Amino acid sequence: MTTAQERSVPKPVFTDAEAGAKVFPDSTARRYNYYIPQKRKQTHYEDVTVEVQPDPRHYLSQGWLYGFSDGRGGYPLDWTVLKAWGSDRPEPERFPGSGGKGYDWPAHGWHEFRDPNEEWELTLYRYNSNVVRQLNQNIAAARQAKAFEQWNPNWVRFVECHVGAWMHVDHGLGLYLFANANRRAPTNMHNNAISVNSMHRIRAAQDLALYNLTLSEEIAGFDGAAHVETWNSDPVWQGVRKTAEQLTAIDDWCEAIFAANVVFEPLVGELFRSNLVQQASPGNGDWVTPTIVGAEEYDYAERDLRYTKAMFELLTNDREFADHNKAIMQEWLSAWVPRCIAAARALQPLWSQPDSKPPRFEDGLDRAKSRFTGILSELGLQTPKELSQ
Amino acid sequence: MSRQSVAKAHQKIQELAWEPLYHEPVKHYGTDYTFRKAQKKDPLKQVLRSYFPMQEEKDHRVYGASDGAIRGNMFRQVQERWMEWQKLFLSIIPLPEISAARAMPLLFRTVPNPELHNGQAIQMIDEVRHSTIQQNLKRLYMNNYIDPAGFNSSLRNFQNDYCGTIGRQFAEGFITGDAITAASIYLTIVAETAFTNTLFVAMPAEAAANGDYLLPTVFHSVQSDESRHISNGYATLLMALADEGNHQLLERDLRYAWWNNHRVVDAAIGTFIEYGTKDRRKDRESYAEMWRRWIYDDYYRSYLVPLEKYGLVIPHDLIEEAWNQIWNKGYVHEVAQFFATGWLANYWRIDPMTDKDFEWFEYKYPGWYDRYGKWWENYNRLSTPNGHHPILFEDVDYVYPHRCWTCMVPCLVREDMVMAEVNGQWRTYCHEECRWTDTTAFQPTYQGRETPNMGQLIGKREWETLYHGWNLADVVSDMGYVRDDGKTMVAQPHLNLDPKKMWTLDHMRRCPPFQSPNVLLNEMTPQERDAFHANYIRGGPAGRPAPAED
Repeated sequence: MTTAQERSVPKPVFTDAEAGAKVFPDSTARRYNYYIPQKRKQTHYEDVTVEVQPDPRHYLSQGWLYGFSDGRGGYPLDWTVLKAWGSDRPEPERFPGSGGKGYDWPAHGWHEFRDPNEEWELTLYRYNSNVVRQLNQNIAAARQAKAFEQWNPNWVRFVECHVGAWMHVDHGLGLYLFANANRRAPTNMHNNAISVNSMHRIRAAQDLALYNLTLSEEIAGFDGAAHVETWNSDPVWQGVRKTAEQLTAIDDWCEAIFAANVVFEPLVGELFRSNLVQQASPGNGDWVTPTIVGAEEYDYAERDLRYTKAMFELLTNDREFADHNKAIMQEWLSAWVPRCIAAARALQPLWSQPDSKPPRFEDGLDRAKSRFTGILSELGLQTPKELSQ
Repeated sequence: MSRQSVAKAHQKIQELAWEPLYHEPVKHYGTDYTFRKAQKKDPLKQVLRSYFPMQEEKDHRVYGASDGAIRGNMFRQVQERWMEWQKLFLSIIPLPEISAARAMPLLFRTVPNPELHNGQAIQMIDEVRHSTIQQNLKRLYMNNYIDPAGFNSSLRNFQNDYCGTIGRQFAEGFITGDAITAASIYLTIVAETAFTNTLFVAMPAEAAANGDYLLPTVFHSVQSDESRHISNGYATLLMALADEGNHQLLERDLRYAWWNNHRVVDAAIGTFIEYGTKDRRKDRESYAEMWRRWIYDDYYRSYLVPLEKYGLVIPHDLIEEAWNQIWNKGYVHEVAQFFATGWLANYWRIDPMTDKDFEWFEYKYPGWYDRYGKWWENYNRLSTPNGHHPILFEDVDYVYPHRCWTCMVPCLVREDMVMAEVNGQWRTYCHEECRWTDTTAFQPTYQGRETPNMGQLIGKREWETLYHGWNLADVVSDMGYVRDDGKTMVAQPHLNLDPKKMWTLDHMRRCPPFQSPNVLLNEMTPQERDAFHANYIRGGPAGRPAPAED
């Protein structure tokens, strides 16, 4: 007869440690109590985001512990020239016997920003998974329907060179502007929103690259490397490239987000995507490319622009520094609008390349300008005279 | 993923990178390391088209388990002893996670390899995932566990509590100073590759043994991302090793990062696992046994040692010294005892140890009872208010320790304490290696070599100094560790939630003023200071005062 040896495992124990089992001080205090919600009730997004990145101006009593070689640690407010109320107050002094208290929360206006998209991990994976799944299905359906056989040779060249070239813009800005900026802003709400923006751009770049790979497999003679040559040396693209590179060279994180999402995207990004590719594709027998490009358009128009507006509206309406901020943003507009208009105009020859022509370049540019001035108006900014160039 | 193979897709996305023709990207961060451009491969070949659905699927499993835990009344079976320590752990860990996201841009301009930048961007968003999923877990605990105090004030408390400050090194060390020291060596080569094993694998196993299967659910999901991050670090390390000029800096940084991670992570996780558990089966692994398996064998022997052939100088002496601290010098026990001594300045409750715990400790760590048993009996005796002060102010043969200026864990292994005068201030260090970190490693020159990008240790590094001369009732109020009746403290040295058994501000008001050891040290004459030091290092173990001299 064999005897089973009892396995060594932890034993379940009834502890009755669930909410409501006893009444005592704080037994019903089931809200994060260290921040004030934007609206009446704390949101799930706020609970998982607010205050994760600390601040010596309110609770961080011992200050930052590690500094760069110049002795500055954390997230200095002067990494942008824009200011939110309270920015100019000195950091609270702590010394022997000082206690730990700083200013009352939030201490300055940067902490008032909330991402209207309420992005955190659950939302960002859900959203982007839906996008990539839908794109995969669209491409698979197109392949089964032999949709690419309807494309005329001119359109094939257009997609391989010019739709392909845009992936480089997405990749460069996604990594070296947006991902870079996620280290720069003074609150977790800013930096998380910027991280999500970064992933939209990197995903959009990869969407285009992998679409390009599919087309190489599906269309005889499709040159899967033509986009690289176009990006490197086609004069039509050098204005966009120069501007994109200049965007990644910006030191000030607010200027980088502003120049990319308020100026470049409406005047160049949407001009190319919505006013050229989306308009020209159907006439050239292509119903697939608009779904790829449209996904990125939605990222920008419905999500990335949305948080960008909320971020800058707060600053243009700031109770202490609204005028200061608006004056600087106007300077940024004067600097970036001419660059973006020049980049847009350099793209003009693309409008005449497809067999079936899209609406005129000037009409598209007018629409882009109109969209741009609408965004400025919502931010309380003046349309710069340079827009008329 | 479409029918395109992952390898083919990954190959294709390499076409996305481009060299600037007109403007160089901004360079915000510096390093003293040098890199030659090299086609080091991204070993994991992650493409977002498959990455996002994979993460979404992992989320489904995590959130499904969360629903199941609530529906199945998991909190009727969780051990309060365990859950209370989660108030500390889950207040700390979301910041290191998000700091790792913020660290990735430090590598973009310093490591000239676009293929690795893809991996770093994915790590960035992984870390956003980890930070927010952990905040969400804490929120779930706050809503469903019997005592929400400490969870509900978590991020304020984390920012002003000395334990939070210790933990914060494990975040700020990733994002400042020399870009490679911070974002590569400290973060990926040591913190992620070595210590996430104890953080995210060993500790969740202990959670499960204490009735909490949500911590394992969340943290194993997190850990499944870490292998990618480890690969990022490994690829960067190999690039750095290719340049002889980096070897000196690698040796410095490995020594600093290893020692600091040991001091910080072993202090915290060791305490959670050994003193936060109710699972006292003799055959369950102790923290020392886990450390031997996860850190010594898996990391040191299997990962670090093979890198010697590439020229990496491994800090063998410090690996052995960390083990010596854990096994022979009782590092984890000293830390747990200190946390319990200072229970009143925390925001969680610390359960006294029982005879069953004593028996387990003695079995796992022979000699434990002689060192620590008496003190824990006193802790138990003094745990509910009964006309006496908190244990901190009672005579239990315990000398309140000085704080280590570098790692900010107190100088608990008394014999190892060293001092130095830096910038006109006398500082105490828990170990010679922490003194070296401050006075030698974090300096603008290292062994005669200019290191202009090396960071600095800054901040008010002794918590006690901020409250020098204060009454504890005012300290606790100032930090906000008070429950909603306005007087009962969040922290308690027991688990009894009967309001009559709980300590209040009134009890604290009767205590003597609190004094900063460092302020007192700096008030001493040189002779007094020398005598103090000679006496301090004769003290211990278990915080005992030095024996009287014959």
